[in-house]
Amino acid sequence: MLSSGTSRLHRSEHRWALLFVAAPVVGYLLFTLYPVAMAFYTSLTNSNGLGVARFVGLDNYVRVISDGYFHQSLFNTFFYMIGIPIGLALSLALAIGMSRAIPARTALRTIYYVPVISSLAAIAILWQWAYNGDFGLVNQVLAWFGIDGPNWLADKDYAKPAIIAMAIWKGLGYSMILYLAAIQSVPRTLYEAAELDGANGWQQFRAITLPMVRPVTFFLVVTNVIGGAQIFTEINIMTPTGGPELSTASAVWYIWRQAFKYQQMGYGTAMAIVLGLLILVITLIQFRLNRRNSFVLD
Amino acid sequence: MNLTEQTPAQIADASAITPPTRRTPRRTLSATFGRQPLGRRATTRIVDMVTFVVLAIGAVVMIAPLLWMVSTSLKTKLEVFALPPVWIPAVPQWDTYVRMWDDSLILSGIRNSITVSLTVTVIGTFTCALAAFALAKMRLPARNAIFIGLLSGIMIPFPTLMIPQFVMFSKIGWVDTLLPLIVPAIFGNIVMIFFLRQYLENVPNSIVEAAKIDGASYWQIFWRMILPIIRPAVAAQFILWFMAVWNDYLAPILYLNTPQNQTLQVVIANMNVQYATQRDYPLIMGASFIALVPILVVFLIFQRQIVESVALTGAKG
Repeated sequence: MLSSGTSRLHRSEHRWALLFVAAPVVGYLLFTLYPVAMAFYTSLTNSNGLGVARFVGLDNYVRVISDGYFHQSLFNTFFYMIGIPIGLALSLALAIGMSRAIPARTALRTIYYVPVISSLAAIAILWQWAYNGDFGLVNQVLAWFGIDGPNWLADKDYAKPAIIAMAIWKGLGYSMILYLAAIQSVPRTLYEAAELDGANGWQQFRAITLPMVRPVTFFLVVTNVIGGAQIFTEINIMTPTGGPELSTASAVWYIWRQAFKYQQMGYGTAMAIVLGLLILVITLIQFRLNRRNSFVLD
Repeated sequence: MNLTEQTPAQIADASAITPPTRRTPRRTLSATFGRQPLGRRATTRIVDMVTFVVLAIGAVVMIAPLLWMVSTSLKTKLEVFALPPVWIPAVPQWDTYVRMWDDSLILSGIRNSITVSLTVTVIGTFTCALAAFALAKMRLPARNAIFIGLLSGIMIPFPTLMIPQFVMFSKIGWVDTLLPLIVPAIFGNIVMIFFLRQYLENVPNSIVEAAKIDGASYWQIFWRMILPIIRPAVAAQFILWFMAVWNDYLAPILYLNTPQNQTLQVVIANMNVQYATQRDYPLIMGASFIALVPILVVFLIFQRQIVESVALTGAKG
C-alpha cells in the first residue's frame, strides 16, 4: 500500500480488483441482503406468497409469543442439542485413542468418517427403518441382550433420544478428525515434561490435552449449535408429521410447514427471524464466554 | 447457553470412557528412557491393544447400519420381515438394483443432482478463486470492509432467508426449475473465499509484484500464477462443496414439485414414503444406497485431502 506507484496504475488495479470481487458482492446483495430486508417486511404482513399482502403490524410476532406449537418446536430443537456435549466427549475420547500407535489407524478413521460424508436424506431413511419397532436393526440387536425395544419413532418419549443418537452417530467422525489434528499438533515435549514431573495420564489429560484442544472444542460447539438450531432433514424424513404430539418437530420444520404447507409466509417469516436472532444471540454469548475463559491470545 | 458452560466439564467426564489413557504413560518414546524400560513398554503395548479393540468395536457400530442397509437391499420382501432376522440374504436379490432403473425417477434424480452439483461447484469455485485473489493480493478500496461484509452473510441462517428467496424466485417463475438451486450459489460461497484467501496470505506479495513489473495482466497473474498455487486448497474445497450440494435436501424440497425435476435426495425421500406403504424396503434401501455411493467413492479416492482440509477447518476456525 505504501509503494509509490502512479495513481493511474493504481486506478486500473482497483478496477480489476473490483471486477474480480463483483460476483460475490452482487450475490450477497441479491441473495442475502435483499431477502433479509424483504424478510423483515414480509414478517409484518399476512403474505401467502401469491396474492396481495396486507400490512398487519406486529401481529405475527404477537402470535410467535403465544403459539404453543412453535414453543414446543423450539424446545425440541434445543433438546436435540443434548447430543452435542455427548458427541464431543465421545469424539475426543476416540481421537485420543486414534492418536496412539494402534494398528489399522487409517482404516478405522475412514470407517468413523463414512457417516459424515453420507447423504443425510439416505441416512435418515436408513435409521427410520433401523428404528422400526418390529423389524429394525436397533431392536434386533437389543433383543440379543434380552431387551425389548420400543417402537422408537412412534413413541413420544423415545423419538427424540432416537434422533439424538442418530445425529451423534453421524457427526462423530467429523469432530474426531478435528480433535485428532489438534492432539497431534500438541508438542510432545509437554507430555514428556509432565511425565518427568510425575503427572499421571489423567493429570496430563486435564492439564495438557484439554486446554490444547480448547479452540477446537469452541469451534465445534459454536458450529454444532448453529447447525443444530437448523435441524430439519432428519426430522422431516424420519417423522413426516412431526412425530407423536409434535414431539419431534424442530423449529425449522414447523416454520417450513406453516410457510410452505399452509401458505402462511408472513407468519413463517416472523418465526424464521426470531430463530435467526436466537442463533445470533447464542453465538455472540458463546464468543463472549470464550473470550472471558481463555487466557491464550491468538 | 448452558451448553457452553457445561461442555468442558462434560468432555472431562468423557475421558472416563477411555480408561487406557488414564493411568498409564502415553508416550513410547519417553517410556524407553524410563526407569523400567521393558515394563513400561509392555504396558504401552497392552494399552494400545485395548485401545485398538475398543476402537474396532466402535467401528463395527459405525459401519453396521450401512452394511445392514446394503444387506436389506439384497433381501426378498419375505426375508425383510422374517423373525428371527435374516442378516445375510440367502440368495442376493440383485434384481432390486435392476428394478430401480425401471423407476425412471432415480435416473432423472441423478441427472438433476449432477447438473446442480457440477454447475454450482465449477462456476462457483471459479468466482470464489477470483474474489479470493482480489481480496488477498490486490489493491482495492475498502478491501477489508468488503471482506467482513461478505463474512457477515454467514451469520444469517438459510431458514431465515428461505421464505423471501422463495417469494423472489416464484415471482420470476423459477419455481420447479433447478435455477434457484444453481444461480445464487454460482455467485460464490463465502466459506470458500475465506479459506482461499487464507491460503493466499501465505503466498508472498513479491511474486505478484514481480509479475506485474514483467507486464502481466491481472487476469494472466490469476490464471497462470495464482490458480496453480492455490490448486490444492481449491481441490479440497471443491470436493467439500460438491458433497454439500449433492447432499442438500431443504432447498430442493422447497422448489422442486414435479417428480422429474427433483434431485436425487428428494427422489429417495419420496420413494421412502411411496414404497413404505408397499413394504418394499429392499427397494428403498437400495435407492438410498445409490444416493450415497457417488460421494462415498469420491471420499475413498480423495480421502487424504478431504480429511486434511477438514482438519484445517478446525484450526482456522
